[in-house]
Amino acid sequence: MTSLVDAESVLAIDVGSVNTRALLFDVVDGQYHFIASGVAASTAGAPFRDISEGVHNALIRLQEGTGRIFSTNEARLILPSRSDGAGVDRLVMTFSAGDELNFVTVGLLSDVSLQSAQRLAGSIYGRVVESLGLNDRRKAEVQLDAIIQARPDVVIVAGGTERGATRSVYKLVELIGLACKVMPKENRPVVLYCGNSVLAKRVKETLEREVVVGIAPNIRPSIDQEDLSPAASMLARAAAKIRMRQVAGFETLSSLSSVPLTPGAYATGRMIRFLSEVFDHSKGILGVDLGASSTVIATGLAGALQLNAYRPLGMGEGLSGVLQGAGLEEISRWVSYDLPESAIRDYLFQKSLRPGMLPMTPETLAIEHAAARYILRIAMQRTLERWPNLSLAFDRIFLSGAVLGQAPSPAQSMLIALDGLQPVGMSIFLLDPYGLTQAMGAIAANNSVLPVQVLDSGAYLNLGSVIVPLSDARPGATVLKIRIAYEQGGQEQVEIKQGTLVSLPIRNGQVAQLNIDTVGGTVLDPARPRQRNYKIIGGICGVVVDTRGRPISLPQDAARRRETLQHWAHILEERRLV
Amino acid sequence: MLASVTHILPLTNIRRTRVLSIPGRVTVRQGQKVSAADVIAQANLPARHLLLDIRRGLGGIKANAAEKAIVRQEGDKLTKGDVIAESGGMFSRIVRAPVDGEIVTINAGQVLLRVQSTGLELKAGLSGIVAEILPDLGAVIEANGALVQGVWGNGRIDSGLLLVLAKSPEEELTRVRIDVSMRGAVVLAGYCITADALHAAAELPLRGLILSSLASELTPVASKLNYPILVLDGFGQIPMNESAYKLLSTSEKRDASVNATLNPKTGERPEVVIPLPSVGQSTPETDYFTANQMVRIQGEPYQGKIGKIIQVRQGLATLPNGIRALAADVQLDSDTRVVVPLANLDVLE
Repeated sequence: MTSLVDAESVLAIDVGSVNTRALLFDVVDGQYHFIASGVAASTAGAPFRDISEGVHNALIRLQEGTGRIFSTNEARLILPSRSDGAGVDRLVMTFSAGDELNFVTVGLLSDVSLQSAQRLAGSIYGRVVESLGLNDRRKAEVQLDAIIQARPDVVIVAGGTERGATRSVYKLVELIGLACKVMPKENRPVVLYCGNSVLAKRVKETLEREVVVGIAPNIRPSIDQEDLSPAASMLARAAAKIRMRQVAGFETLSSLSSVPLTPGAYATGRMIRFLSEVFDHSKGILGVDLGASSTVIATGLAGALQLNAYRPLGMGEGLSGVLQGAGLEEISRWVSYDLPESAIRDYLFQKSLRPGMLPMTPETLAIEHAAARYILRIAMQRTLERWPNLSLAFDRIFLSGAVLGQAPSPAQSMLIALDGLQPVGMSIFLLDPYGLTQAMGAIAANNSVLPVQVLDSGAYLNLGSVIVPLSDARPGATVLKIRIAYEQGGQEQVEIKQGTLVSLPIRNGQVAQLNIDTVGGTVLDPARPRQRNYKIIGGICGVVVDTRGRPISLPQDAARRRETLQHWAHILEERRLV
Repeated sequence: MLASVTHILPLTNIRRTRVLSIPGRVTVRQGQKVSAADVIAQANLPARHLLLDIRRGLGGIKANAAEKAIVRQEGDKLTKGDVIAESGGMFSRIVRAPVDGEIVTINAGQVLLRVQSTGLELKAGLSGIVAEILPDLGAVIEANGALVQGVWGNGRIDSGLLLVLAKSPEEELTRVRIDVSMRGAVVLAGYCITADALHAAAELPLRGLILSSLASELTPVASKLNYPILVLDGFGQIPMNESAYKLLSTSEKRDASVNATLNPKTGERPEVVIPLPSVGQSTPETDYFTANQMVRIQGEPYQGKIGKIIQVRQGLATLPNGIRALAADVQLDSDTRVVVPLANLDVLE
């Protein structure tokens, strides 16, 4: 592998469960820019189980869009670029396609090492199918059967702080070894040990006759300290190796790549961590990727990352789980048309079986957008369960995923995100219509220049700033008084009442100074409680003030609810069209 | 753009690879004639283990002493009461097998016993000939005949004579439409929106039920029933697509195999096969969109409708709801031409 830093053109290929994207970055006037993308149906699944056809088709689309040649007549990628301009200098690859990984997590205490092991597993596309800890009262043979029946791809073993417990941890390791021995060789998992480092050598010696063992630094070196990063990096590499074994084509293309094949969720996390170092260290960055089979929520604060990949949870096959329980009723409440629940369920069920299907009518579009809101909502709720101290006041919110990027209007994307994520304080919403975040996260591994320059180039759409004050005031009471001083001259004053969604009179690109007075104990931004003055640039949807409360409460009456949803959509759309 | 293909064919050659999820034993031979519900391979799934601590059983001795006392080896099959370990001496202690089982491994003075296993059976999936044996895994089954693929199935497999209950593509299946004359048959019906009708079919029982559509809330009910239920066109109240209805309704009283398995991971799709004596040509599983292809539309407002591609548009088309997508102009009938995203089209071959 070679460094990306001196590269000129970079091709990023992302193999998703529905689409394969080929994204081209190149240097224009001394700066990196995103040039174009080519999208084609993924062929990672049956009947192909080989990504090559999908990648080839995406490259053809990219060739059609740019007029440049990227592959030979034999469908081989031209790398490095030739003097006639054909080909690219560097390649990076990310993936989210393929079967979800099954994890078994092992630790000692459920709220210490086991919790950290669960968080680590949550950073990759997969699900924890079995968990073993000290408080597990099951007999050893019952635990053994549970591990075997779980058919894990990866066993994460944590436990024991540095200079802490060893005996209890080793006992669990022995049980894992026994379970692996019973499994057919071809079905044995990878074991990632990230517990007390004193045991690392012994664990490796015990297990490596049966399975592949990875040793990472302790993810819980002390009770009050957690460090997932090194283990997450090893887990991402293990996940990529498993995927290369399962799906043809990954290995061949990855051998040309400048950085190792990277799970999309991990790449998104890396990008968000990177951005959190670039932007304001006092407020966090939120990255959201709403995919077909999974949803990624990544938050970064001054370089510290909290990465969460939820699968199955998404707009395609990930919908099947959403329809269970209260999901359908919740989704129905966000549909702005008068549709029976059965029609909503039928549409979403069909969509879960055919993830690439697009809505063709306004009604089915409204169903998909309602489902997107619900998925974002539960992804955020699960994130808060996993990270109870997480602040929902973010400096910037980066939005990726086809349902957001392909929405007919940016105002729809913004409202879906606002209703689903329900952040507080002052945030800037940025839309990633081309799915660049994962690619730039992969590239950022050894080229920090490209992501910064591409961000500066306007490849992300600035949807606008959103102000969400927190107030206990009754609906209709004044909570904010805002003075808007336009940079080009002129002033306006606006009073904001509780329970409303208001678009301030600031157009796309217009610069203004906001002076905001809070009324009656209203908190403007919990992350910056004293700040009252903001210099702001209007986004596509201007500047939005959301005083609908947290959580947002919809009217009980169905007709009034639909009217309210239509009204909110109209407010954002109206400003966009000014 | 790459197209997903749905087969609705009056005569084709069908080859299906049928494999166990874990290695097992193939129970058919090459050239053997099989029915859809015939078992072609079996495997044992380990279901339960017992971990016997010989150290403790012999009175708290050390691991290496315990291993010396074990008189069995890995792989030994035991019946209840068989001696596993014996300490020897005047006051010899003995550890016996508490149940029937097989020793899987002996490690650090512990014996792991596999005490029970459940059987896994693999059915042929369609009536045909065993074309190829895949050692320890399964076989390739080959047949010639009509093939109709659907969008969902409840995972069951069976075969029987095809009876046509739906006199038109848009009929509803209700309990009163089902009678005892249908027992053991594969029934072609319309759409179903009541669990009662599915239960009535189970009470006979039917050997298979082919529906145009099913209310999606009934899929959990359908998944629990023991006969195959196959949905051809989607969910809700959708009439059966004309091609499938015409082909199936003119095949009454023929033997029909119904494999209602849907597994996107393996590419298995629910399908009906009606074996015929003639030899057909095999058809590809994927294709690229081009003009003059017959296609079926997925998604409202044209769900299940069949038409012909007039042209695949260059660049992105804007749909009535504002979404921009790669699309094709599709002629539904002489008066109706619609623009449909390519992602919503199945090529019929």
